[in-house]
Amino acid sequence: MHLVHGVATTSESLGSPTFPKSMAQIFHPSLNTVSRATIFGAVFILGAAAFGWDSLLRSPYVTQVGVARDQPVPFSHKHHVGGLGMDCRYCHSYVEESSSAGMPSTKVCMTCHSMVWNDSEMLAPVRESYAEDRSIEWTRVHDLPDFAYFDHSIHISKGVSCTSCHGAVNEMPLMWREASLQMDWCLSCHRDPQKYIGPRDRVFDPDFHPFDLDLETRQALAEENRVESLINCSVCHR
Amino acid sequence: MSSVAGDQNLTTVTEKISSIVLERKVGKGWILGLMVCFALVMLLLYSITVLLVKGVGIWGLNVPVGWGFAIINFVWWIGIGHAGTLISAILLLLNQEWRTSINRFAEAMTLFAVSCAGLFPLLHVGRPWLAYWLLPYPNTMGMWPQFRSPLLWDVFAVSTYATVSALFWYVGLIPDLATLRDRAQTGFGKVVYGLLAMGWRGAARHWERYETAYLLLAGLATPLVVSVHTVVSFDFAVSIVPGWHATVFPPYFVAGAIFAGFAMVLTLAIPLRKIYQLEDYITMRHLQNMAKVMLATGMIVAYGYIMELFMAWYSASPYETAIVSNRLIGPFAHVFWPLMLCNVLAPQMLWFRKVRHSTVGLMIVAMFVNVGMWLERFLIVVTSLSRDYLPSSWDDYHATFWDWSLFIGTLGLFGALLFLFIRFLPMISIFEMRTIVPGGRPKGSGANGNGEGH
Repeated sequence: MHLVHGVATTSESLGSPTFPKSMAQIFHPSLNTVSRATIFGAVFILGAAAFGWDSLLRSPYVTQVGVARDQPVPFSHKHHVGGLGMDCRYCHSYVEESSSAGMPSTKVCMTCHSMVWNDSEMLAPVRESYAEDRSIEWTRVHDLPDFAYFDHSIHISKGVSCTSCHGAVNEMPLMWREASLQMDWCLSCHRDPQKYIGPRDRVFDPDFHPFDLDLETRQALAEENRVESLINCSVCHR
Repeated sequence: MSSVAGDQNLTTVTEKISSIVLERKVGKGWILGLMVCFALVMLLLYSITVLLVKGVGIWGLNVPVGWGFAIINFVWWIGIGHAGTLISAILLLLNQEWRTSINRFAEAMTLFAVSCAGLFPLLHVGRPWLAYWLLPYPNTMGMWPQFRSPLLWDVFAVSTYATVSALFWYVGLIPDLATLRDRAQTGFGKVVYGLLAMGWRGAARHWERYETAYLLLAGLATPLVVSVHTVVSFDFAVSIVPGWHATVFPPYFVAGAIFAGFAMVLTLAIPLRKIYQLEDYITMRHLQNMAKVMLATGMIVAYGYIMELFMAWYSASPYETAIVSNRLIGPFAHVFWPLMLCNVLAPQMLWFRKVRHSTVGLMIVAMFVNVGMWLERFLIVVTSLSRDYLPSSWDDYHATFWDWSLFIGTLGLFGALLFLFIRFLPMISIFEMRTIVPGGRPKGSGANGNGEGH
């Protein structure tokens, strides 16, 4: 209260409650600027905070899109699928019948790697796992929350190709998420699935993307496969 | 009778009202009252904690009565708020100068009532921390609120109402906060009131802008008096549940809200003017005028009840008639007849001059109406839900301890906020009172000076 004049006023010298004799400055004049800046700035600060929060929620930091994950063994889809031309179902063997695509057991790895690269340092954990009959603890890349029901088999049988969701795995040295797996991403297809349908016999072809076909063809395929837009809450949140 | 009684002038108005905040010693009654209310606020917080830990299952809600106390109390509190807005906005635009001494605490009442009201739907959604999902905003779920649902309209109606009420109240306070700043005797008081007064100096330019802003806010608030409770009534009327699906609901709800609101203003004004010796400011004329508004809106509410009966007969729908017979002679008769006593019979006492002139009489009628309006919402919510189309789905509704504790807790919150308000802010608008005391306005200025109703 004495900031401006520096006068050591006491409360008595401020006068009687009825007629204050001296009206000493309570606030420093600079507070005018501060108050204007905070009042007008609040709009921008709140706006920027909201924008920042939304951007954070959609950023790779949260969604892990495009972030290659370290694995106990640096398994390369690029080498196995792109280079050797292995079919998805060789390892993910229940994808056509089950909700889960299935992770291969070490025995599946060893069908080849007992012969090929069987003394490679890089594959030591695989041989160890095989010898000790203990699973390799892979880092899970695509992990849906437990409250969302998802079934691989129905997507496969309706003609949704692997690459539509998982991206071009044949070009990924280490696996990363191609899609955010956030609900608006699910809905972007579920609201209008006809656009994303391909022929069932090309579902496992990593070089195929439904957008290679024109829209009419995709819509005809959707009709043939009896694809419906399922957007009820209880379709996924059961 | 005048809007100001006794020998009041510019100085005494300022002194009297600001001294309640700045000089008056904290009384034993105030402390006791705040203590009781504070204890109830603790009960409220405890009930909310238990609710958040265990879920809405601790309430008496179940199929088929899925709404229960949460909605009854929400509608009751929201309705109470309406008198504040009507007094501050509509009566201002209509130049009713008698509003001046009651608008401030009526607005405070609105604000606190809306706060209590807002708690119920927030808690009713089950996971209040996700309540922002009710708002349309870009999100990673790709979700958008259901704009065809009146429950969503409620979100907008109530949040707009809360915002405009808070703004109106605060803007109205600014010149008075400056008065308190100038008269405060402690450095702390000067700084706090000074910050809140936002640099108000009472310059002509300030006043000119202030009056424009205040009128604009009044214009914004005016439609809310009608719209908010109309939207609340749509929660019921838009559904096809027997007893709810009626076009009379919006006007009948709005009238009920104003009816309930004025009852609450009277409930607060009568003790306040007595305790703080404000009889010169809140005169018998104010109380009488409020009683007349109550009588008029009470008649509209009674008309609403009659229309409900008439429509049930006229529709020839067995479901509608069943609802009415459930109320008149069925399982809800023990709510219906007390409701008629509270909301239809009791207000008829206000036809008598003697009752309108007696604070005790007014207080009794107001209490009847406070209870009656709660019973009305109970009847509306519970009758229709517990006995709808399919007898196989019928079931009774019983409130649990936690239903009651939450309701009583909000009464405590409302009371505690009011106690703090009358202690820390001027409960009557000082600067507006200054305009209606003798000598408060330059001669010949304004048609609304001292022309009407003395």
